[in-house]
Amino acid sequence: MGSVPHFPILRAGVEYSSLDRVELKSYREGVVMASVSQANAGLIRRDMKKLDRAKAALDGVAVGELIERLASAARIFLTEELPLNESGDRQTADEYVACLSATSGMPHAMCRANMQKIAGVMGDMPTILAGLMRGMAPGILDTGVGKHGEVGVWYTAQARALGVVLPSNSPGVHSLWVPAVALKIPVVLKPGREEPWTPMRIAQALFAAGIPREAVSLYPTDHEGAAAILENCGRALLFGDESTTRQYADNPAIEIHGPGRSKVLLGADEAANWSDHLDVLLESVARNGGRSCINASSIVVPSHGDEIAQALAERLAGIAPLEDDDRDAKLCAFANPKFAEGIDAAIQRGLEGGGAEDVTARYRKGERRREYRGGSYLLPTIVRCDSIEHPLANTEYLFPFASVVEVPQDEMLAKIGPSLVVTAITKDEGFVSELMSTPLIHRLNLGPVPTIKVEWDQPHEGNLFEFLFHRRAFQRAPSW
Amino acid sequence: MADKALQLEECVRAAADARDAHVREVVRWHFSGETGTPIWLRWAEKAGWNPAEEVQGFADIVERFENFDDESLRKEPHEEWIPRAFADRPFTIFETGGTTGMPKQRIGWDDYKHDYEEFSQTLSEEAFPRGGYWLMVGPTGPRRLRLAIEHLAHHRKSSCYFVDLDPRWVKKLIRNKEMDQARAYMSHVIDQAVLILNNRKVDVLFTTPKLLEALSEELSIPDAGITGVFCGGTEMSPQTTRFLVEEVLEGRTQLVPTYGNTLMGLAVHKPGFEKEGFSITYYAPQPRAVLRVTDLVDPQKQVDYDEWGRVELTTLTKELFLPRFLERDEAIRRRPVAEHPWDGVAQVRPFGAQKENIVEGVY
Repeated sequence: MGSVPHFPILRAGVEYSSLDRVELKSYREGVVMASVSQANAGLIRRDMKKLDRAKAALDGVAVGELIERLASAARIFLTEELPLNESGDRQTADEYVACLSATSGMPHAMCRANMQKIAGVMGDMPTILAGLMRGMAPGILDTGVGKHGEVGVWYTAQARALGVVLPSNSPGVHSLWVPAVALKIPVVLKPGREEPWTPMRIAQALFAAGIPREAVSLYPTDHEGAAAILENCGRALLFGDESTTRQYADNPAIEIHGPGRSKVLLGADEAANWSDHLDVLLESVARNGGRSCINASSIVVPSHGDEIAQALAERLAGIAPLEDDDRDAKLCAFANPKFAEGIDAAIQRGLEGGGAEDVTARYRKGERRREYRGGSYLLPTIVRCDSIEHPLANTEYLFPFASVVEVPQDEMLAKIGPSLVVTAITKDEGFVSELMSTPLIHRLNLGPVPTIKVEWDQPHEGNLFEFLFHRRAFQRAPSW
Repeated sequence: MADKALQLEECVRAAADARDAHVREVVRWHFSGETGTPIWLRWAEKAGWNPAEEVQGFADIVERFENFDDESLRKEPHEEWIPRAFADRPFTIFETGGTTGMPKQRIGWDDYKHDYEEFSQTLSEEAFPRGGYWLMVGPTGPRRLRLAIEHLAHHRKSSCYFVDLDPRWVKKLIRNKEMDQARAYMSHVIDQAVLILNNRKVDVLFTTPKLLEALSEELSIPDAGITGVFCGGTEMSPQTTRFLVEEVLEGRTQLVPTYGNTLMGLAVHKPGFEKEGFSITYYAPQPRAVLRVTDLVDPQKQVDYDEWGRVELTTLTKELFLPRFLERDEAIRRRPVAEHPWDGVAQVRPFGAQKENIVEGVY
């Protein structure tokens, strides 16, 4: 790739080059990595009128065939050199990792791990679909009617496409929309600003594997363009903080993926054994650079808070920024240094208000925010809070950050608030049964399972099949 | 080539001379006892020099007048703005765009007719046929635009339908984050336009880029029989312009972009923008109005050609003298062309718009 490659828009699979471009730069040296075509909102709205055609193209392929093609797409995605555009710019898997890392700040090793995660989903659609469709034969997607166990069912699509307004924080997020293609629902994607690479590579892998091009639309765009996607697909996923998502909160056609506020809870029975579970806590807080909504942002315990915070802090304080291609790199740089500054300042304000201590500060050399080879980093931070009401106790930040807070076991569920993932380390049957019945938890891991570990036959923040399809009543006269 | 360049240079010089002669005439008109305008006569008294005698050309306006403070258009009585020569004639009160609070008001008599009759000469007979019907979808109410469009239609032996859009209400809705209401209002406006287009034969459409887009989502504009669209009022980036030409108008209906406002009149675009990356350059109706693209720090200085700066307007008619008013727009300064041998302004957009391209949320 000699000159700066152009990153096109995909309009139902057809490339379009916009006169409005944004330069995507590497966070370290500010090198221009791509010139990204920007879609104007009117163009998106116009395309949304033609989504029926994209749906028809996918409907024309049997689901069994789609599953096979997705499996070969998984292999292609992991290994092959793929086009970036039709003017001849191409990317090998290594070049993809290098570009992704350079613009998003995520080290190569983590990019690769996310790549595996995405390929894992694409390659194992039978398991994913079984999970989403509760074991129904996927063939039902071809005819609409079938059997669930002994019960006859009729399902119809609720949307002509799945719109997805994506974040830049971690490429693993793309594994969430990929199953839509197997469900015969075209996708309309707005990539995160620093991360157009992954959706394009997935799209190119799908095309190379013979998935109809109409299945993927990709629109780098602004807020108005994002709104055009959210409002016109029929169903959409929206990633964003509260300020972005608030206006869609009451819209059942839009599923909001906001901060996860995931947590690890220790039961009173296991609190004294905390040191046995230290690795689970560390994984939950720090894996994937703390960039996922399934990373734990709070450790809630009935006792031993000080010791746990201290032990976590001591272990995490050893993590420092490394070269992007260092296999041991565990921290991501902030592509926009202002985010690092803003988060650091918010934490500082929280600490200055009293009732909380940055325990990692005892072990860390230097400040929390660190410049390293042109990148802005926040070093792992464990905050011991006096109370779960403290502003830092239930807040998620985009780096390895967690609070440790003591709450009596019988008050925990009243106080934790909505939590995407809860790992509950307890064998107390009464507590387990409460955990199983609370509506606050989307994914419950019982026992020492890191919050970040995902089983793909389980739904993540809503079940994509149920979101996209609606079961309707169907009866047929005997011998009709 | 050399000949052409020389010819253009000649034209530019001639236009500058004509402009300076016009400046002298208009300044003398507004600053002399018999014909003058009260607000400017008082200004001259305070300033302690006599523009009627001392202003020799446009350079003197740049040098000797500060940027015009538009607050006086909100506060001063209209009588202050009536040139004595017009004292007996009733006037029309025009208000500017979508601002809230006390609007800026300009009084006027015939300026808009001159502006639009001149503009009419630039329209093609095929796309804007005489004797046809027009539809304006956009801000009517107390705006000059509404009368101007109707006058232009009449001037071309045509009649015009109107669908109103109240931009002040839209701004209020957006500011209060009532997006559902804003959308509902937009559909209300579009529905009315669709109704007319479905039931009446319309040849020419005047509207804003956003409304044009929205209308095209409901029907095919060329199939509706519209041969010419002129479009203005808000920013048109090159990508927007291209999208309007290629997709919204399906390459079949002619697009005539315009840049204008109540204070200036109407600037015409340089034809052939399709071949210039859809970057539209506008030329002010000189000598009645002069546009400069000025430096942000030193507003007396112009930026270099092909550089961005803030648009500054000087209006020079017998009805209104308005020196060096800084518009809320920025633009690229472009070179004169043979048809309009004075500076043009390109890719006009709201002042400060470039700052919006900053990074979005983290999730």
